[in-house]
Amino acid sequence: MSEQRVIVVGGGLAGLAATIRIAEQGIPVDLFSMVPVKRSHSVCAQGGINAANDVARQQGYSEYQHFDETLIGGDYLADQGPVLEMANFAPKIIDLLDRMGVPFNRTSEGYRALRLFGGSLFKRTHFSGASTGQQLLYALDEQVRRFAAEGKVKMYEFWEFLWPVTEGEGEDKRCVGIIGQDMRTMQIRAFRGDAVVMATGGCGLVFGKSTNSVICTGGAASRCYQAGAWYGNPEMIQVHPTAIPGADKCRLMSESARGEGGRVWVPRQKGDTRKPTDIPENERWYFLEERYPDYGNLVPRDIATREIFDVCVNDGMGVDGENQVYLDLTHMERDYLNSRLGAILDIYDKFVGEDPRETPMRIFPAVHYSMGGLWTKHTPGDAVPGEPRAVVHKPGDSAPIDADLGHGMKFCAPDNMMTNIEGLYAFGEVNFAYHGATRLGANALLSCIFDGLFCGMSVSKYVTEGKPKQHPASGVDQSVFDKFVAAEQGKMDTLLSGSETGASDPDTNPYTIANELGVIMTEASTVVKTEEGLEKCLAKIRELRERFSRVRLGDGGAWTNQSLSFTRAVGDMIAIGEAIAKGGLLRKESRGSHYRTDYPDRDDVNFLKTTVAEYAPGGDDECNIFYREVDTRFIKPRPRTYGKTDDSQSKKTQEKAEAQA
Amino acid sequence: MSKQAPQQGRTIRFRIKRCDGPGKPSYWQEFDIVPEKNANIISCLKQIAETPVTVQGEKTTPVVWDSGCLEEVCGACTMVINGGVRQSCTGLIDVLAPNNGDTITLEPMSKFPVVRDLWVDRQRLFHNLERVKAWVPIDNTYSLGAGPKESPDSQATHYKLSECMSCGCCLEACPQFNIEEDESKWDESFIGAHAISQARLFNNHETGKQLKDERLEELSGKGGVGDCGNAQNCVKVCPKEIPLTESIAAMGRATTIHAVKSFFSGKK
Repeated sequence: MSEQRVIVVGGGLAGLAATIRIAEQGIPVDLFSMVPVKRSHSVCAQGGINAANDVARQQGYSEYQHFDETLIGGDYLADQGPVLEMANFAPKIIDLLDRMGVPFNRTSEGYRALRLFGGSLFKRTHFSGASTGQQLLYALDEQVRRFAAEGKVKMYEFWEFLWPVTEGEGEDKRCVGIIGQDMRTMQIRAFRGDAVVMATGGCGLVFGKSTNSVICTGGAASRCYQAGAWYGNPEMIQVHPTAIPGADKCRLMSESARGEGGRVWVPRQKGDTRKPTDIPENERWYFLEERYPDYGNLVPRDIATREIFDVCVNDGMGVDGENQVYLDLTHMERDYLNSRLGAILDIYDKFVGEDPRETPMRIFPAVHYSMGGLWTKHTPGDAVPGEPRAVVHKPGDSAPIDADLGHGMKFCAPDNMMTNIEGLYAFGEVNFAYHGATRLGANALLSCIFDGLFCGMSVSKYVTEGKPKQHPASGVDQSVFDKFVAAEQGKMDTLLSGSETGASDPDTNPYTIANELGVIMTEASTVVKTEEGLEKCLAKIRELRERFSRVRLGDGGAWTNQSLSFTRAVGDMIAIGEAIAKGGLLRKESRGSHYRTDYPDRDDVNFLKTTVAEYAPGGDDECNIFYREVDTRFIKPRPRTYGKTDDSQSKKTQEKAEAQA
Repeated sequence: MSKQAPQQGRTIRFRIKRCDGPGKPSYWQEFDIVPEKNANIISCLKQIAETPVTVQGEKTTPVVWDSGCLEEVCGACTMVINGGVRQSCTGLIDVLAPNNGDTITLEPMSKFPVVRDLWVDRQRLFHNLERVKAWVPIDNTYSLGAGPKESPDSQATHYKLSECMSCGCCLEACPQFNIEEDESKWDESFIGAHAISQARLFNNHETGKQLKDERLEELSGKGGVGDCGNAQNCVKVCPKEIPLTESIAAMGRATTIHAVKSFFSGKK
């Protein structure tokens, strides 16, 4: 084993894949997670994982087309090299998961089954029932358990990441470990690591209710940001079109429901009070199918979300006059639904009390995924395309670039998915790299595992051949670590000193502050954004920041103090919320998930650029925004219409129906 | 929703068994709250956390509990609700407490050491997965082509077993699985239905089979499948309806065959 060690923070798909790959190289890994890794948020992913495959290939599909779809899905905001590499690598990932024992659904002959997903006209999504994320996570969890049993990985579960430890300044600054806190004993201590991989997921809780797990505060990413790591495209937050609204969270209803044939509709007649099953076919308005004849219900998520929002909020056509539309599977065979979608139909049944096999589901959009995240670097691969291609790549066209390793991103280059702080990496949802301005369905699991396996090699190379080779973290002076421990201890003492058992003044209550942040962020910074709304949001954030400086915990205890952990995250959510809102305010265009009513068109001249947020404390606001060019080496951006029909046509049908009614 | 619409704006009472930490005594506290629309146990605990004042007007600390996905797929929020073990996220208030003045009782699981309040330490549950080597021993993570082909029927069985989210309901309900705080005794104590079922899962996998004998050896020993008392409580409380008793029976048969084979091959 090497003298160097690597720290991985987060035990979802990205963290586990990285752990396995790095440990396999003979480098010991210390894996930190706030929860037993088997309970990480990846379990919530339902629909599947994308990869080119032999069936689709014989229909004219290719890795290159998966690449093309991912780019246009993301409205060209992603740097193209890493996306190409991910699409090319994807089939290898499916094979590996297959070997690990993931129970992928099968065809009658025993091959892996495929389903259709958003943003594609080809079946390229592999799946395991409707709990694919759970099944992939379990497979990786099992491998990590094996490595832990063999002593190659040390697990720190119920440990919270507090801060990255860095030494040196400017160009010489590098990450040499982390400060962690045991969530049970509340002990704070330093851990040395020659590289630190952040794999801590998204920040849905900034919006209060989302489809995310309770741990997805973005706290860890925010701490890196506050420690000087750049944050890319913060404003790019995906609102998933189909979720079940609830009191504690919004529960995801997978895109696979539509991929398997689910249809979205509302009654054509406003205020129709009939049961959905009593409404005849011609009195139903399948607005997605009508407006997008090619893709129908499977347009990318931001588009489906805006259409549903438009139908409910602007037209007042929501079911029962409320913000909800039908997602209908009742026309399909029960057995087929159970084998393909059982897990999510059970979720609906358990939480709503209606069987979606019999009654159409009532759903509405909810915050779901962070395309933005810690800004990362990469070394471009060896493909030299010359001019970016302006021609549309059609099914069956031979791919201009083959699927061999290293064309998009150089294999083993030490800086792949490294942040602007040397030695600090960001893998999976916590980085900004692959999904641009909208993530396509079933590409998230892919990017997590791709980072772990492909960029895990970069981490291995960095620690064995880069700066840690000559200067391992084990040799860094103890005083460097002591200083960071003292700083975290100080922050904790400050929070605890203001505690009062049962404190509940709304002005300084951490739960109230978090709720108010969630409300304003959802209102101003999700489906529809305006200058006025975002200014108001930023003003509210300033107010919340001031109130947070006086926050009072309801628990001052020194044992398993959940209030402390939550309160600390509230401060971090305020910092990320500011970057999200400010990034949105300054991006005066509409692109993918970012939709500004005051700037409804995409503006490639001024905004085909990565937003980079840099933490700048001390001023009235604490976020400095600048821009970087997006790499568009391979494909020239084209209009992103998904074949939308002339709206007047759709309106006409609508008016006709209303007249008939 | 339920047939008779529960009354909005009703007050319900939570009776919660609390404990400040390992070795500390347990005590009960009661909280009255007006649940939100579509409330569940989790949203009520959040409400209590925001204003933690007991029925007697005593200011107290927020209740500590474990939770994660809130979609009944991570297993974290398992606790004993009105005397039965289950996930709290699917504990809908309209079902559990439809009327004004209804009481809901919350207790931590009793088969694991309490960390604080409703949060228990389930490390032993994961340790027992290690005992049966619940993994497929792949060579490495490099590209070596696809895994074994599988029939849809076999996949369906495999998937069902693989849905186990390690929540621990089956262990809480099992008369043979008892709390054991001494880690050194874990390997000799009853391994639990969840681990037996995972042994079955991996013994049925083409590559997982390579460790079949080692798994059966573990299940044949002290704390193995022979310790099951056939109470069949596990299968009744499993939120994922995993056929745990089938798995126990299958592994029981397999260990018998394994013992006979070992005898004749002179291994024992």
